[in-house]
Amino acid sequence: MVEDGELGALGADSYTRRGHPDAQVRMSAYFQDYVTVGVFIALGAVLVAVMLGIAAVLRPNNPTRTKQLTYECGVDPVGAGWSQTYVRYYVFGLLFVVFDVEAVFVFPWAVAAERLGLFGVVAITIFMLTLIEGLAYAIKKGVLRWE
Amino acid sequence: MDIVDVLLIGLRVVATFALLLVVTILNVWAERKVVADMQNRIGPDRAGPWGILQTVADGLKLFFKESVTPSKVERGVYLAAPFLAVVPAFLIFSVVPWGAPVEVFGRTMPLQVADLNVGLLFILAMSSMAVYAVVLAGWSSGSKYPLLGGVRATAQAISYEAAMGLAMVAVVMYSATTGDGTGTLSLAELVERQAGTFLGFIPRWNIIPQFVAFAIFLVAIVAETNRAPFDLVEAEQELVGGFHTEYSGMRFAMFFLAEYINVFSMSAIAATLFLGGWNGPTWSGILPAWISAILPVFWLLVKTYAIVFVFFWIRATLPRLRYDQLMQLGWKRLIPGALAWLMVSALFIGFRRFGLPWG
Repeated sequence: MVEDGELGALGADSYTRRGHPDAQVRMSAYFQDYVTVGVFIALGAVLVAVMLGIAAVLRPNNPTRTKQLTYECGVDPVGAGWSQTYVRYYVFGLLFVVFDVEAVFVFPWAVAAERLGLFGVVAITIFMLTLIEGLAYAIKKGVLRWE
Repeated sequence: MDIVDVLLIGLRVVATFALLLVVTILNVWAERKVVADMQNRIGPDRAGPWGILQTVADGLKLFFKESVTPSKVERGVYLAAPFLAVVPAFLIFSVVPWGAPVEVFGRTMPLQVADLNVGLLFILAMSSMAVYAVVLAGWSSGSKYPLLGGVRATAQAISYEAAMGLAMVAVVMYSATTGDGTGTLSLAELVERQAGTFLGFIPRWNIIPQFVAFAIFLVAIVAETNRAPFDLVEAEQELVGGFHTEYSGMRFAMFFLAEYINVFSMSAIAATLFLGGWNGPTWSGILPAWISAILPVFWLLVKTYAIVFVFFWIRATLPRLRYDQLMQLGWKRLIPGALAWLMVSALFIGFRRFGLPWG
């Protein structure tokens, strides 16, 4: 355990506590941050629940058949709500996966770019050229053209 | 970790929630006023001085409005979607340092909910989570317009998120030029590394060396938050209300709240990444200590509001894009542009480290 006041005694220049020589202090600070995020999530959900709850108590509630109809410009809805959508949207999903996976590799490289030096730059250039080629192929295939 | 630490965490969390809710109330009013001025109208002017309480009045009204649940909805998902919209919106702001660390009870407290060492990845993750709210709200409504709005939103958000991430990567790489030679993903450290000046008088903000990344990031965050001119998600003329057509009352208000929190958080992130965050003159020693402690918060708010104003300005100026134009801008301009800029930044870092090849 970290003793009382130890975190506070570090001074203003190391308030992130990441540079602390004691591994236990670093670990404690690390978990403390994530616990705080957890508390933040919980409080955020509670806040939304309270607002919706207050509204649920205050608001009137008299559903009628007409009110509960699905909205369709004032006429009775035709067909089911879950109609088919343009299949082209899925291509963006595929393209996105490529660029999201890219982020997995590019962010760590960006952090260590100076240390990795020339090797890193060459490796990431090859990696990115491959990606750009994929994007160029998709564009050439007419994926992004809408008729 | 003792009772004081726990209290300080609680204080930070509550202060951040309060900040977000207050700025949302102000931003809704400010947007209506600014857009009204630009369109030569008066805008809200009845509730309170200059109509500043208009948002409060509207919010209170929504508490008393019936929440109609259409019979065709997928109930569980339909009720969960407002939560999924607001909670990630809050979370995005949790990694933003909104002031310099202050001394409280003899301890140094960072004015930031949590200084995660993967802060930027956390922001990317949370802005992806926000897409779930839109697509699930659209799908679970069991109606045609919301479904279309939801699908559009997904395609749009994922397209611009790639560009946004790549713009961030350039900043991370550039952050290695100050500090210990490695980049950082922590927002608190990114702000610290923008302290000081170039040549003694230009502030060392990332916008100066990374102006292309800033431009890409700015366009991407407007698209990420589904704001005009990228608001195809709720294009009234084609999709009625888009994904929230079937929502009413307080449930609708939650989506509205999430949108405005996102505008503010994304602007704050842009200010943190590119405009030096809370860095600014504090005149400590000249001014009373408490003013010097508050000034960084003031500087961040000034920078954030400069960007929020751009959001309003764009909305009042530009017409909505067509869907194919939106996708072309994302995939054919922004992403290749961001990749090219990333390579330029890499070369710059390389030359700085190893010297020019002919030098």
